[in-house]
Amino acid sequence: MASDDLWVLGIHMTKFGKHPDMDLVDLASEAVLGALADGGVEMRDMGVIGAGNLMAANAGIGQQLQKQLGQTGIPVYNVANACATGATALRVACMAVKAGETDMGLAFGVEKLSGAGLLSGGNRKEDSGTWSPSGRYGAVAPVDGRIGTEIMPGVFAQIGMEYGHRYGGTSFELFAKISEKNHSHSTLNPLAAYSKKMSLEEIMGDIMIAYPNTRPMCSANCDGAAAAVVVSGARLKTLSPEQRRRAVKISASILTTDPWEESCQILPDVNTLTRNAATQAYEQAGVGPTDLDLVELHDCFATAELVHYDNLMLCETGGAVDFFNSGATWRDGSMPVNVSGGLESKGHPIAATGIANVWEVATHLRGEAGDRQIPGAKVGMTHVIGLGSACGVHILEKAA
Amino acid sequence: MAEQIPLVNYLELGEDPHLTASECTACGARFFDRRNACASCGRTEFTKVAISNKGEVRAFTIVAFAAPGVPVPYVAALVDCEGTSVRANLINVEPDPDHVTLGMPVRLATQVIGTDDNGTEAVGFGFEPMGG
Repeated sequence: MASDDLWVLGIHMTKFGKHPDMDLVDLASEAVLGALADGGVEMRDMGVIGAGNLMAANAGIGQQLQKQLGQTGIPVYNVANACATGATALRVACMAVKAGETDMGLAFGVEKLSGAGLLSGGNRKEDSGTWSPSGRYGAVAPVDGRIGTEIMPGVFAQIGMEYGHRYGGTSFELFAKISEKNHSHSTLNPLAAYSKKMSLEEIMGDIMIAYPNTRPMCSANCDGAAAAVVVSGARLKTLSPEQRRRAVKISASILTTDPWEESCQILPDVNTLTRNAATQAYEQAGVGPTDLDLVELHDCFATAELVHYDNLMLCETGGAVDFFNSGATWRDGSMPVNVSGGLESKGHPIAATGIANVWEVATHLRGEAGDRQIPGAKVGMTHVIGLGSACGVHILEKAA
Repeated sequence: MAEQIPLVNYLELGEDPHLTASECTACGARFFDRRNACASCGRTEFTKVAISNKGEVRAFTIVAFAAPGVPVPYVAALVDCEGTSVRANLINVEPDPDHVTLGMPVRLATQVIGTDDNGTEAVGFGFEPMGG
């Protein structure tokens, strides 16, 4: 291990689901204490904290955590970056260690979302008074539902449909089959919010949210947290053989935003920044898509998973439909995708997601994934995207 | 006829209703919102251009579940208006996948969305199937 390599020393995720008796700090504490114990280290070993929470982003969750687990005086960076918040927190710890400011850092993400409904698209009140233009479009009334849609299931539905328009082959049934896969995968994941298998008929017959996304084809709002301890290669060399054996190499850690494209301010372009992040990640890690044994990608909606097969270059350009239909992305296929159940079934407590996916891959690389272990997994990729937009990609490798 | 006001200021009413965009004089990037600078090249000079009323549906969704107060179902779409992408509802069409299809040719149409206390009508826009 090179001295300037980055490694995951300890990592933990809570069960995703309903935690009515735990607040944000309780959930974050469980994840952080779990990650510290997993790595055989303590709060006083940490030199930096990247703290992720989106829905209460102004509350200083990092310092709230310190006040329960240890006020050691180290710098805390509270971050919010939409659905890429967890990956951004991890990037903070990675950057601090890479920059030599510390040789060990902590990242965590936590969210409470149980019972939350649509997370965008404002309620519309009765129009009253007199029309008065406001905002950057000079709108005299709310535009959600009048000029297209702002709700996420609808935005991502269009993203999948646009792929279908460009390359053909998509259908309601195809997208539902992607969801069927992830709901099947989660039956082996005891930490998933939903672990009940769903048939294609059940998925297609469920409540329609935004065609072609029915309810089980949407990410599941739930509570959860995840945390990771990042260590430099130099420091890892000084640790025990057991710590070195279980450490997982972070071969690439990338964050991108969307470069301007013709239609990107009309319908969010989740493709270009993901492709850019994947390209940089493969180059940084010195691996290619065919080297990957498993991928956890951002299936915030079934329609999104399809386009990311292409964006992450898991298939040929334009070939995502054939790739999925080949069975490649099922857990027994050539490129298992979202063996955790993904956001649709494992759940999507926003800020936790970008670290929980790293936990999933790391657990397989360590050979500790139990019933859902992908045999012999050596290299894996994680991907999240938050609208706005931000894309986080990490490539992880088993210790040699 | 009642006084009218457009739902958004990039909708031009009158004899020939159409959408307008701010086009960057340096790189040609087009925007519908108030600009501080061009997101493509960073320059700050824009000229107003008319957008074609004809388009093709590049993506759509049929929203069946929306925020309280928003009538459903409605069809939201990305319309390619001869090279300029536009966000809009598809109107004057049955909101189901048998009647709305990818690649469908559409044209701009306006509709009154409400009348305020002064009797002024707010006029919105959508795209409707061509030839209907």
